Amino acid sequence: MTRVVQDAPIPTIPFNARISRWFGRNVLRIYMIFGFTYLFIPVAYTFVFSFNDAGKSNLIWQSFTFRNWQNPCGAPEVCNALGNSIKIGFLATTFATILGTMIAFAIGRYQFKGRSSSNLLIFLPMATPEIVLGASLLSLFLLFKINPGFWPTVIAHVMFCISFVVVTVKARIASLDPKLEQAAMDLYANEFETFRRVTLPLVAPGIAGAALLAFSLSFDDFIITNFNSGTLITFPKFVYVSAARGIPAQANVIGSSMFFLALTIVVVGQLVKERKAR
Amino acid sequence: MSNDAISARGDLRLTRLTKTYGDFNAVDDLTLTIPKGSFFALLGPSGCGKTTTLRMVAGLEEPTVGSIHLGDTDITTTRPYQRPINTVFQNYALFPHLSIFENIAFGLRRRGVKDVKEQVDKVLNLVELPHLASRKPTQLSGGQQQRIALARAIVNRPALLLLDEPLGALDLKLRRQMQIELKWIQREVGLTFVHVTHDQEEAMTMADTIAVMNEGRIEQMGSPADLYDNPETAFVANFLGQSNLIKGKIEGNDGDNLVVDLFGQKISMPKNRSHAVDNSLYAGIRPEKFRISLTGTPTRGNTLTGGHIEDVSYIGVSTQYVVSMPWGQELMVFEQNDDGVAPFDKGDEVVISWEPNFTFGLHGDEDIEAGTEVNPEEPVNE
Repeated sequence: MTRVVQDAPIPTIPFNARISRWFGRNVLRIYMIFGFTYLFIPVAYTFVFSFNDAGKSNLIWQSFTFRNWQNPCGAPEVCNALGNSIKIGFLATTFATILGTMIAFAIGRYQFKGRSSSNLLIFLPMATPEIVLGASLLSLFLLFKINPGFWPTVIAHVMFCISFVVVTVKARIASLDPKLEQAAMDLYANEFETFRRVTLPLVAPGIAGAALLAFSLSFDDFIITNFNSGTLITFPKFVYVSAARGIPAQANVIGSSMFFLALTIVVVGQLVKERKAR
Repeated sequence: MSNDAISARGDLRLTRLTKTYGDFNAVDDLTLTIPKGSFFALLGPSGCGKTTTLRMVAGLEEPTVGSIHLGDTDITTTRPYQRPINTVFQNYALFPHLSIFENIAFGLRRRGVKDVKEQVDKVLNLVELPHLASRKPTQLSGGQQQRIALARAIVNRPALLLLDEPLGALDLKLRRQMQIELKWIQREVGLTFVHVTHDQEEAMTMADTIAVMNEGRIEQMGSPADLYDNPETAFVANFLGQSNLIKGKIEGNDGDNLVVDLFGQKISMPKNRSHAVDNSLYAGIRPEKFRISLTGTPTRGNTLTGGHIEDVSYIGVSTQYVVSMPWGQELMVFEQNDDGVAPFDKGDEVVISWEPNFTFGLHGDEDIEAGTEVNPEEPVNE
């Protein structure tokens, strides 16, 4: 018996269907590109205009130059403001991280009277508008006859950073298996040794994350700082004040540097984590 | 005091130990001696108090009432790190930030031992994983982590090693292999092992002595063979393997035997295997002790007539029958497939018989369902 074998026709997909199929496959990618573009345009703008030979005002592109990067302290006051911000950020981060970590352990690990209300109260500074916090802190300082300036600003920053530290560290503590600490005690480590050798090393990434968060919050805080710093100039205050008559390109240099510094920390952190996991 | 406790050696004695949570007694007036050098298993279903008992011995829970002695030293209130006791935790609890070497060295370093490297290497060889010393715990398989957890505990040569469901997270094949290995290691190092498990097969394979726990109390204690062949309560009879429990009445004596009436049919059983307190009793027979034959063929020993086969399952090494008896009860019968006789069919009229010595007698007030509703194979987290 013979049979005529025909070539099966190659199925053709209509043009419209192909378009929609391509779109279906790539919709997430397209969405992601839009999302990141939206997020990074301001950063890119800041970076590009740090190379602007601006003169007085850095609003209109003039011509390309490296001069701003060679001399980031060129504009009057900019490095003084930056120095103040770093000093305040460093002090506020240190105190907030230490105090916040201790609170996080107390709330996360121990049962005591008032635990749930402490848990709730710790969120309040995060939920209160900064403008209210800043104004009431100022009146509080004045009531105690403390003049606004460097230390009042540090105290204010510690106050609002603590909540964020507590929340971050507490999450890490919650994910810690209590069996690990029991195992340490079982293996002849007393309470202090258990904390030092097991608990602290395991919670450390959370504490480091909290410290970075606290620093970045303190570094760019404007509202609360503006109320409590008096004549002291911080970096955000400097940028705000100079916005009226044109922000110097050096501010863009410092802004971009901060961005790349943060990026480097994240990338290095990720690389270290991956290498440890291997 | 801590120095006394940490050097304590000898038998572990629990005296009237009770642990209460609210008005729930997790452990209820438990008195128990575990001899030095033995492999002891606490066996029971989830929530029977076996893990709580273990945690009190480890020092991770404090007893509400009672005392714990190791040799002549009272360790009831000492801290966990003051006791010469180490634990293999249920999910191993290896320190994720330390290497395998440092995990094992942890206890040695805390005690200020000098030749850490030598001892860690030795124990790594014992568990046959010396090549993993520099790895991190997450890079190991479940079976390897299990061995490292064991190594981390035994390297300290504790007076007592506690194992909390140590094989629960492993698959069946690996579990069997580790059971044999654990038993071998216990003989090799000569430490007292106290093993907590809900898996009766695991307990029977490894332990010299098993204490079956139920609702915070010990139901029965003895060697695996004792517990299986002569259970004293329905709970033990059902929790360790399967049992047929038939309601009966003691009619009289015949030398060393009792004559028992089971729904009108007379059987005999040894007196010393009866745990009944009056005339009423349950006669217990393990399914594999029954012989099954067609009605009319001659039989030996105790005989029950009038059965018919309700169900047949051929499972290779044996055939399992469900036999329906005239009084409405269904009995389980396991027959070895070793005689070349084709299995009987559903509906066949049969007689079952067994040797009188295999009968055990339970108190007639027992709840014969006790211990059957718990599935021992199910993994539990207490």
